[in-house]
Amino acid sequence: MNVVPQPQFLPVDWWALGAVIALTAGAIVLLLLEFVPPRPRGNRGAIVGLLTLAAAGWAVWQVRDSKRALFEGMFVHDGLTVFFTLLFCAIGAVSVLMSWDYAKRTRIGQPEYYALLLTSVLGMVVMAASNDLITIFLGLELMSLSLYVMVGFRRHQLESNEAALKYFLLGAFASGFLLYGIALLYGATGSTNLQRIGEFLGDSPIARNPLVLVGGLLVLTGFLFKVAAVPFHMWTPDAYQGAPTSVTGFMAAGAKAAGFAALLRILLRALPSLSDEWQPLLAVVAMVTMTVGNVTALLQNNLKRMLAYSSIAHAGYLLVALVAGGPDGSAAAVFYLAAYSAMNLGAFALLTLLGRGSDEPVLVSDLAGLGFRQPVVGFAFTLFMISLGGIPPTAGFIGKVLVFGAAVKAGFVWPLVVVGVLNSVISVYYYLRVTVALYMRAPEGEPVPVSWNAPALVALGITVVATLWWGLQSQALWLAARQSVLGLL
Amino acid sequence: MSGFPYLSFLVFFPLAAGVLVALLPRSAERSARLWATVAAGFELVVSLPLWWRVIPGAPGFQFEEQVDWLPALGASYHLGVDGVSALLALLTTIVTLLAMLGAWNQVEQRSREFFALVLALEAGMLGTFFSLDLLVFYVFWEAMLIPMYLLIGVWGGQRRVYAAVKFFLYTMAGSVLMLVAILSLYHVQRQYSGVASFDLSAFYSLPLKPQEQLWYFLAFAFAFAIKVPMWPVHTWLPDAHVEAPTAGSVILAAVLLKMGAYGFIRFAMPMFPNALLACAPWLAWIAVVGIVYGAVVAMVQPDLKKLVAYSSVSHMGFCMLGLMAMNPQGFAGSMMTMLSHGVSTGALFLLVGVIYERRHTRAIADFGGLWTVVPVFSSVFLVVTLSSIGLPGTNGFVGEFLVLLGAFRAHVPWAVVAATGVILSACYMLWMFQRVVFGPVTHEETRGLVDLGLRERLVFAPILLLIFWMGVAPQPFLDRMQPALDRSLELTRTRARQAAVVAAEPSALRAAAMPDSAGVPR
Repeated sequence: MNVVPQPQFLPVDWWALGAVIALTAGAIVLLLLEFVPPRPRGNRGAIVGLLTLAAAGWAVWQVRDSKRALFEGMFVHDGLTVFFTLLFCAIGAVSVLMSWDYAKRTRIGQPEYYALLLTSVLGMVVMAASNDLITIFLGLELMSLSLYVMVGFRRHQLESNEAALKYFLLGAFASGFLLYGIALLYGATGSTNLQRIGEFLGDSPIARNPLVLVGGLLVLTGFLFKVAAVPFHMWTPDAYQGAPTSVTGFMAAGAKAAGFAALLRILLRALPSLSDEWQPLLAVVAMVTMTVGNVTALLQNNLKRMLAYSSIAHAGYLLVALVAGGPDGSAAAVFYLAAYSAMNLGAFALLTLLGRGSDEPVLVSDLAGLGFRQPVVGFAFTLFMISLGGIPPTAGFIGKVLVFGAAVKAGFVWPLVVVGVLNSVISVYYYLRVTVALYMRAPEGEPVPVSWNAPALVALGITVVATLWWGLQSQALWLAARQSVLGLL
Repeated sequence: MSGFPYLSFLVFFPLAAGVLVALLPRSAERSARLWATVAAGFELVVSLPLWWRVIPGAPGFQFEEQVDWLPALGASYHLGVDGVSALLALLTTIVTLLAMLGAWNQVEQRSREFFALVLALEAGMLGTFFSLDLLVFYVFWEAMLIPMYLLIGVWGGQRRVYAAVKFFLYTMAGSVLMLVAILSLYHVQRQYSGVASFDLSAFYSLPLKPQEQLWYFLAFAFAFAIKVPMWPVHTWLPDAHVEAPTAGSVILAAVLLKMGAYGFIRFAMPMFPNALLACAPWLAWIAVVGIVYGAVVAMVQPDLKKLVAYSSVSHMGFCMLGLMAMNPQGFAGSMMTMLSHGVSTGALFLLVGVIYERRHTRAIADFGGLWTVVPVFSSVFLVVTLSSIGLPGTNGFVGEFLVLLGAFRAHVPWAVVAATGVILSACYMLWMFQRVVFGPVTHEETRGLVDLGLRERLVFAPILLLIFWMGVAPQPFLDRMQPALDRSLELTRTRARQAAVVAAEPSALRAAAMPDSAGVPR
């Protein structure tokens, strides 16, 4: 007699899924609310978005100390998940705050904007929480598809369309690579679960099998694309430049952090036994990424483009931390991602403040004389630039000390760390250019207007305080980062 | 005063005052300089006890403060002074106040920001001199660049942006390699002792094999040599000096350059003694080249500020030569040269600022015959010029004489070549003085010059006092610095001997010190 399988409910811990559920519900509510016509200049979308992100953050905070594996180990709730979920919620909230007025000014404030932002955060959370190649891919696609649309949100602007199309096409290729890599790894090891792949490769002669190596390489390629590492960085400048500024800030911080979170899990959980193969590879990629990013950024006059190349360079620094590996390296990467998110979001929040209507200032020279006319803008911009350049007393400096310290400890002084620190000298040149424009050049023609608004000021305040505080008192964040990677290793 | 965080107060009072000055309302633009000067004056008064309360002979550091900063990494906020840093801190507070008074009328626009940055700079400089934790030291060392960069770049001359960015990049390029060395040492230290720490004392007791020391030493020495600056990495200095506003030039010359030499005394020499001994002859020759080169180039400068800038290169060469001689006379001479260079060169920049303020030119050819028009100015100028040359009875003589004495004891050719620098300095300074002050009045504008006013006389009076005091009775200064310098020298020698032992018996010493982590590969 055939046994009819009885439908079984998987044992689900709803708290561990709290953030995911909240974000999904928020996105759906936002879309459903469309049936009720909004007020012309209402803030409904932004408010619902903020509440959702707060609820998601709150939910994960409630269970911050527990460890769970759900759905047969596809989704894990551990330190890394908690840290990154909170980080993504914070990134999302700051992005909502800086979009609040900006979206209205540039007429991109449809509710879909915030709904997509929420689904994109959802994708990031899933990426960070996945312990399985399939769910990682799901999260990645959810995040990327939302971002493709958001990049093209200024649909009447050719630049924005071009950016979205480029991002989408190249992103589709990268997804293809990733998926093919997953298929090969599955074929070689018989599992998509990271832990099982790791265990399988750990005590098996198959680890050096070309199937595994090619599969791993393709997976790596997919992620290097997402985090904008050279030579898969070509989309970055165009996408960053064409996207609405608030979206650029959001994806520069969020997508990068999500990519690195997933990469961290894959490298340390699934492929630790292949570290002899990927360490030198990533070391080379890191050096090339830093150098290309920084040297190209030297030549940019467009601020968003400059920050795009700078974000490529920062991907290089983060790769240094991954190469270093171990608890120190991973925690340094996690720390650096938080610090980088704060300073980068802050810089983009400032950019959303500048300009009136949709005519944004985009060139470095547009900032001329702004520092003394608008002392707050000048101070904040300078702070973010010196932090991005890794100069004390800012979060960026502590981040660099931790990243390079981990790499030094792991024995990568020459050439990796030396190239890295010399790169930070190169980078200081273009970060200084911004302060030169702010303080040392007389404005030509009409000065740039600053559209002050309370939500963006709150976003600016949060990022300024985080950048300074983590520079002066980084103990708590460092311990949190250490804690988050403990379960992973 | 035991429980009171005296050094922290010295570091953070100017910073807080700077923030307050920056936050003054726009209508208070004119009174910003007053409040800033009051703050700097108060700071000087508060710092004066460093002169008599720091006991010269006492072992170790005084007024120590230690608070956890980043306990997870072992970095602590650790401050302390000894004779060397106390004198340099006093120099800092005096020079900052004088520079502010000197710049009183020279900053018309944005004076709130200007004076706020000068105060922030003072905080950074004092923090650098007081830090006894390498990470905290590095934070102050680099954070200090920002106010100086802005001072040069915003309030400077024609090519100010170029000079400011060059200054920043040069210093940063040197110091990032030092950061790598610090991080690397930190891990070696952690493996050796099992305790993570950035504290200076931990590094002082860390045995390193002579061959290991070389790279560390070079990384540190490079950072400090750029700051000193030693030939051939001095090229940022003339640009920065010439373009900076008067107050910036004064502080740059008087204090910032000393940080490089201070770094050698405090960090590079005691931490890596064997590498130092190996490199000292080379560094000494580089210093000698710098002495002669700076002097020769100074001779042909048409611009007063540039002349003084190159004379700085020459004087700082003496400083480095004294250190590389590795004997008490050289050390004391080097330290004395630092102090007297701070006073004399600061005064020279102030004097150039005074005539620039009146004539808006710094070209030597635009002056002549000042003696008859502005006699007080010219007399002060004469005294300062002579002290810069090192005339016996002025401060410059003591330092240079001791340096030459030390160099002579160490290696005669160094002293012989360096001594030509003394002659050359007389050439370029006196020639400059003759063209500017003596002779007939060559330009009609010169006739309208006004002599030093009361404020300016108040600025130069303490400088003249210091010049003669340090020249005639240098013993109080030497008494204060000598024990600390001897200790640094002694530490360097002891550690050099220890390292030789470690090199001979590498495994025994290390294994005994770290039984649990002996297998960790380095």
